[in-house]
Amino acid sequence: MTAMFDRVLVQTDDFSVPQEYARIADDNSDGAVVTFVGKVRDFNDGSVVTDLTLEHYPGMTEAVLQQITAQARERWPLNKVTIIHRVGTMALGEQIVFIGVTSAHRKAAFAACEFLIDFLKTKAPFWKLEAGDQGKNWVEAKDADEQAAQMWQQK
Amino acid sequence: MINVLFFAQVRELLGEGSIKVEASDATCTAEGLRAQLAAKDDKWAKVMASDKLLVAVNQTISSWDTPVEDGDEVAFFPPVTGG
Repeated sequence: MTAMFDRVLVQTDDFSVPQEYARIADDNSDGAVVTFVGKVRDFNDGSVVTDLTLEHYPGMTEAVLQQITAQARERWPLNKVTIIHRVGTMALGEQIVFIGVTSAHRKAAFAACEFLIDFLKTKAPFWKLEAGDQGKNWVEAKDADEQAAQMWQQK
Repeated sequence: MINVLFFAQVRELLGEGSIKVEASDATCTAEGLRAQLAAKDDKWAKVMASDKLLVAVNQTISSWDTPVEDGDEVAFFPPVTGG
């Protein structure tokens, strides 16, 4: 078994997409690199959002991210996996989460990246507190996110 | 002692991030611990009655009949919304 590259980080600092890309894109056995970046957008359910505060459960968060990474590796032949999720307060337009996956072929890399964000959103203990024109509100979990994660159980 | 943690709205509504609870027959499952906390007062009863409340025993999301022992870490929180 080859040494696996898993980089799982929960941090307040921002991350650099070029740097994270360079870390995983240096292996010539990989033909595909897929990355996803989640950002703070200016609306949610019709209200204006000005910033977002992410709370998490230290310890459990990292454990869940490692577990979903292991699950992705069981389903697809992956080489490198990076998950970085920020916590604390983030302004409009700031980056929240980075997912990067490499594989020999694109289908595995695309599928694993989508699986990881779908599972992260429904399994990892993070909570969003939105600030905006309606004051501060805890974001409600969306049925659509739960359905997206459940779709993977049927595939 | 059971180390009990609260996150997000649950933490905010209770005004507590963590408390210690003496382990007893009444707290030997997640549901039992929940009932014991609900009995504290009206505020706790209301938060603990939420049908969306989730529980993690030793950092794993668990069913309400999961055993809880002295020294365990039990967290109560709402559905997660990261990503």
